[in-house]
Amino acid sequence: MKYHKPKTFEEAAQIAAGSNGVTRFLAGGTDVLVQLRSDVVTPDDLIDIKGIDGTKAITKRGDGGWDLGVAVSGAEMMEHAELKRDWPGLVEGMDLIGSTQVQGRATLVGNLCNGSPAADSVPGMIAAGCTVSITGASGTRNVPVEEIPVGPGRTALTKGDVISAVHIPPRGARGGDAYLRFIPRTEMDIAVVGCAVNLRLDGDEISEARVVLGAVAPTVVLVEDAAKAIIGTALDDGALDALGATATAACNPIDDKRGTIEFRRDVAAVLAKRAAKIAYSRAKGGQQ
Amino acid sequence: MALDSGKPKFKYIGTRPNRPDGLDKVTGRARYGADISAPGMLHGAILRSPHAHAKILKIDASKALALKGVKAVVTRADFADGLSGEDWNIQENCMAGEKALYDGHAVAAVAATSALIARDAIKLIDVDYEPLPHVTDVDAAMAEGAPVIRDGAADYSVPEGLHPNVVRYFESGRGDLDEGFAKADLVLKRHYTTEAAHQGYIEPHACLAQLGADGKGELWCCTQGHWYVRQMCAAALGLEVSQLKVTPSEIGGGFGGKTTVFIDPVALALSRKAGGKPVKLVMSRSEVLRATGPTASASMDIKMGMTKDGKITAASGTYRMQGGAFPGAPVDETTVLAFANYNIEHVHHVGYDVMSNRPKQAAYRAPGAPMAAFGTESIIDEMATQLGLDPLEIRLKNAVKEGVRATYGPKFPAVGLIETLEAAQSHDNYAVPLGPNQGRGVASGFWLNWGGDTSASVAISEDGTVAVTVGTPDIGGSRASMALMAAEAFGIPYENVRVHIGDTASLGINEPTHGSRATYASGLAVIQSAKECIQKLSKRAAEAWGIDPDAVIWEDGFARPSGPNAGEFEPMSIAEIAGNMSSSGGPISGHFEASPETYGGSFGTHVVDVEVDPETGRTTVLRYLVVQDAGKAIHPSYVEGQFQGGAAQGIGWALNEEYIYGEDGRLQNPIFLDYRVPVASDLPMIDTVIVEVPNPGHPYGVRGVGETGITPPLPAIANAIAAATGVRFTKLPLTPPRVLAGIKAAKNA
Repeated sequence: MKYHKPKTFEEAAQIAAGSNGVTRFLAGGTDVLVQLRSDVVTPDDLIDIKGIDGTKAITKRGDGGWDLGVAVSGAEMMEHAELKRDWPGLVEGMDLIGSTQVQGRATLVGNLCNGSPAADSVPGMIAAGCTVSITGASGTRNVPVEEIPVGPGRTALTKGDVISAVHIPPRGARGGDAYLRFIPRTEMDIAVVGCAVNLRLDGDEISEARVVLGAVAPTVVLVEDAAKAIIGTALDDGALDALGATATAACNPIDDKRGTIEFRRDVAAVLAKRAAKIAYSRAKGGQQ
Repeated sequence: MALDSGKPKFKYIGTRPNRPDGLDKVTGRARYGADISAPGMLHGAILRSPHAHAKILKIDASKALALKGVKAVVTRADFADGLSGEDWNIQENCMAGEKALYDGHAVAAVAATSALIARDAIKLIDVDYEPLPHVTDVDAAMAEGAPVIRDGAADYSVPEGLHPNVVRYFESGRGDLDEGFAKADLVLKRHYTTEAAHQGYIEPHACLAQLGADGKGELWCCTQGHWYVRQMCAAALGLEVSQLKVTPSEIGGGFGGKTTVFIDPVALALSRKAGGKPVKLVMSRSEVLRATGPTASASMDIKMGMTKDGKITAASGTYRMQGGAFPGAPVDETTVLAFANYNIEHVHHVGYDVMSNRPKQAAYRAPGAPMAAFGTESIIDEMATQLGLDPLEIRLKNAVKEGVRATYGPKFPAVGLIETLEAAQSHDNYAVPLGPNQGRGVASGFWLNWGGDTSASVAISEDGTVAVTVGTPDIGGSRASMALMAAEAFGIPYENVRVHIGDTASLGINEPTHGSRATYASGLAVIQSAKECIQKLSKRAAEAWGIDPDAVIWEDGFARPSGPNAGEFEPMSIAEIAGNMSSSGGPISGHFEASPETYGGSFGTHVVDVEVDPETGRTTVLRYLVVQDAGKAIHPSYVEGQFQGGAAQGIGWALNEEYIYGEDGRLQNPIFLDYRVPVASDLPMIDTVIVEVPNPGHPYGVRGVGETGITPPLPAIANAIAAATGVRFTKLPLTPPRVLAGIKAAKNA
C-alpha cells in the first residue's frame, strides 16, 4: 500500500488515474480506516486529501449559499450556528452519524462516497439540492448529489475522479428542511429508514418541495411523487396521507437483519409525514 | 458459618468508600488482558471456519510458514490426544479436529513477529473443506432428519427415540398435574421463544502465553477464574497442572462468558511451537461474537392453571434449549428455576439440551433463568390480565417464603421474595399515572447463588495494615467489598486494607467469580481469615501481658483485657502488635480453604414503564425499578450497580439483542452495530431498592446479588409492551419490526 499526500485536487486526481490497483481517498477516514482494519478493502494507493488548501473551510457565498471543504467534519458543521440555522435538516443528518469521536473526523463527502443507501447525510444533501465539484482528468465539473450514488457501495465517480467541494444552495426565504431516521436504539446505529424533506412556503401553501428516502432501495431516492403530493397544500391530513402513500410506493427495500420489507415500507410513510411536519414548521419560523 | 446475630450493627459495612481500583481504572493505569507484553513477544492470529458445518479434509500451511516473520503454525495436531468429556469439548471448541462445527470455529493459528504479519499469514493457509448440511435452530435441530452434529454425544439421561442432537434430558416435578389443572378456573397454554444473547463484555478476550518444551508455562489473561483456566489449558495441552502459572489481568466485563477458555490454549500451543517465545493473542469483536459463548436460545411450552382469585393450582413447562455444537445448554437450571418463585402443589418440568451448528454456549449471568422467567412471568401476567387481578398481588398470593418446599425440592430458608414484592408495591414508580401508548410491566426472578472452592489469605504487615489475597477476580467492585469486610472484622479503617487477586501459585484452588459467589464465599473466607489473625494477634498481646489468651478480647483494632479480672493493661493496637511481630513469634496471617455451602438465594422484583410508538413499533423505556434482596449490602453502590447492570442487559436481550443466522448458517451480525446492546441513552436512570433479609449462612448476612437482576427484565419488558399495545408477544426480542407487525395483525384481526 502506498500513502500519498497531494497538495492539490488535480494532483490527487492524477495519482488516482495512474494507480494500477485499488484506490481510496482519505479525508476523515471513518469508513476507509475501519474497512482497512477489518480486511474489507486494502487499497494499493491511499490518497490523503485533507492536506489540500481549503478542505477544512466552511464559506458563505455571495448568493447566500454555502461551500464546504471535503474534510469539514460533522462536529464543525454542528458548531457552525449560521449554517445550522440555514439548513438544520442537512446538518442534523450529518450529526446522526456515529459517536462524538467519529463526529470529529467524519465528512459529508466520505458519507456520500461510501455509497451506502443508508447514509444519513445524503438524503438531506439531496433534499437541499446540493451539488459537488468533481475534479478529474478533464478538469472540474459540477454534479447534483443525487447523481453520485448508483448502487450499494457504488458511485458514478470513475477512475481519476475526486470530489473537491460541496455546494449548498442559498436557503432563501420561508424555507425549511428536516431529516429523520429510524433506528431501534437512540444512537450509534444505522438507519433502517431515513427521510429528508426540504420545502418552501408561499403563505401557508407549499410552493417547492423535495422528499428523499434512505435505506429503502439500492440507492438513496429522490421521490418526485412525494413532493407533488404536498406541493400546493398546507400539509393537511389529506396531503400527509398522500405523502405517506407515495413514500411507501417509492420503496424498493430488502428483508435483512436490520428490518423487513413491510416494516421499511410502513415506516417510510411515517417518517415522511413526520419530517414534512418539522420542515413545514421550520419554514414558518418554528424552532423545532 | 452462621450469621453472627440477628441483624448486626456495622461500622464499615454498608458505607460507600471509593473503590481501591478506581484510580487505576480512570487513569488508564489498570492493565487489562491486551495490556500485558513481554520482551521478544510474538503475535498470534486464528484462522476460522467460514462454514457452519464442514469436514476438514486437509490443512496446508506451507505458504504461511514461508512468509517472513512467521514463527509457528498450529492445528489440532499440536494439542493433547485422548481427552474426554468437558476437557475434550473445550479443546475441540478452541481448535477444530475433524469437523468445523460452526461459523467462526478455529481451525488453525499463526504466531508471527507482528500482528499484521500474523493476520496476513492466516490468509495463506489453505484449508480443504467438505461442507455438510447444517442446522442453527433448536426446534429444527431436534426434528427428524436434522443433520447430526456429533453422533454419540448424548449422555445416559436421554430416552430412546430422540434425535442424536438431544444430548441431555431433564425431568422433575411433584403432585398430579391433572388434579391441579382440574382445580383451576383458568388454564392457559403458551409457546415462548428467546434468542441467544451474548454477554457483551466490552473487553475482548486477550492473553499473553509462554510455554517451553519442558512443560513449564506462564499465562497472563483476562478471565473470571484463573484456576479454571489453568486446569482447562493443562488438559488441552497435556501439561502437569502445577507447571502452569496463571495470573489474571483486570477484567473489562465477563458476565459468565469468561469462566472458560477460547484462545488461551491456542496461545500456549503457539508459544510451545515457537520455541517458548511469549505469544500475545487478542480477539477482535467479530471473533468474540462468532466464536465465544453467547447463552442458549430457548423454545418453551408453558401451561398454568389458576383459580379466579389468583392461586396457581398447577404448572408445567417443556424447555428445548440449544447451546451450540456441544452439550451444556443450561436447561438444568431452567427447569429448576422455572416455577421456583411460587408455592405450587402440582408441577412438572421437562428439559432438552440440544446441539446445533452454533458456537459453544457459555455461562451468561444467571444461566438459564431469564428464559425460564420469560415463560412463567409472561403467562402469569396474561392470566392476571384475563382475571382482572393486580400483577403484584397475584405474585404475593403465590410467593414462596421460609419453610415452603421449593418446586425443585428442598425447603426454603429465610428468603426475601415477599419483601421485594411489598417494596415494589409501595414504591412511587408503581403509582405514576401512565399516558397513551404507555404500559407497566412487572416480573419477579430468582437465582440460587453458589459457594464453591474458595481459598483466601490475610497477612498482617509490620505497620499493622492488612494485605488480603483472594482468588476471585474483581469484576464488580469485590475488592472494595473484601476490604470493607476485613476492615469490619479487624475494626481498622478501610484504607488500611489492600486487597489483591492472587495468581494460581499463591493460593489453593478457587472457583471463578461466578454464581454470584465472590462477595459471599471470598468474603466469608476473608472474614474467617481475619478472625484467625485476630486470634493470633490476641495471643501475642496475652503473652506480652502474661495472661491467658482467653482473657483477651479484640475491639476496634485493639487487643484489650476482657475485664478487671484479666488484669489492668493498656489496650494494644494492631500496629503495636504487628511492630513486635518478628520478636514475638514471627509472621501473623490467617487462611481459609473450604467449599462453603451456606450461600443464600436472592429474589428480585422489577417494575418497568414503557411507551410504544404505535406507528413504528419502537419501545422507549420510561422508568425502571429494581427491587432485590441483597441479604446485607456490603458496599451499597456496587450492589446497586449489579442491580442496574442486570436490568440493562436484560432490557437489551428483551428488545434488540439476537444472534441472526442466514440460510448459509453464518452469523449475520457479528459487530456491535448490528448486535444491538443498549447504548447509555437508550436507558433511563434505573431506580433501585435494596431489600435486606440476611442470609443466615454468612457472618454478615451476605447473599450474592450479581445474577438475579437479569432474570426479571425479559418478562417485565414483554408484560409492559403487552400493557401498552394490548398485544401479547411471546417471541423475543421485541424488535420494532416484530412489534409493529403484531400491532398491525391485531388491528386487522
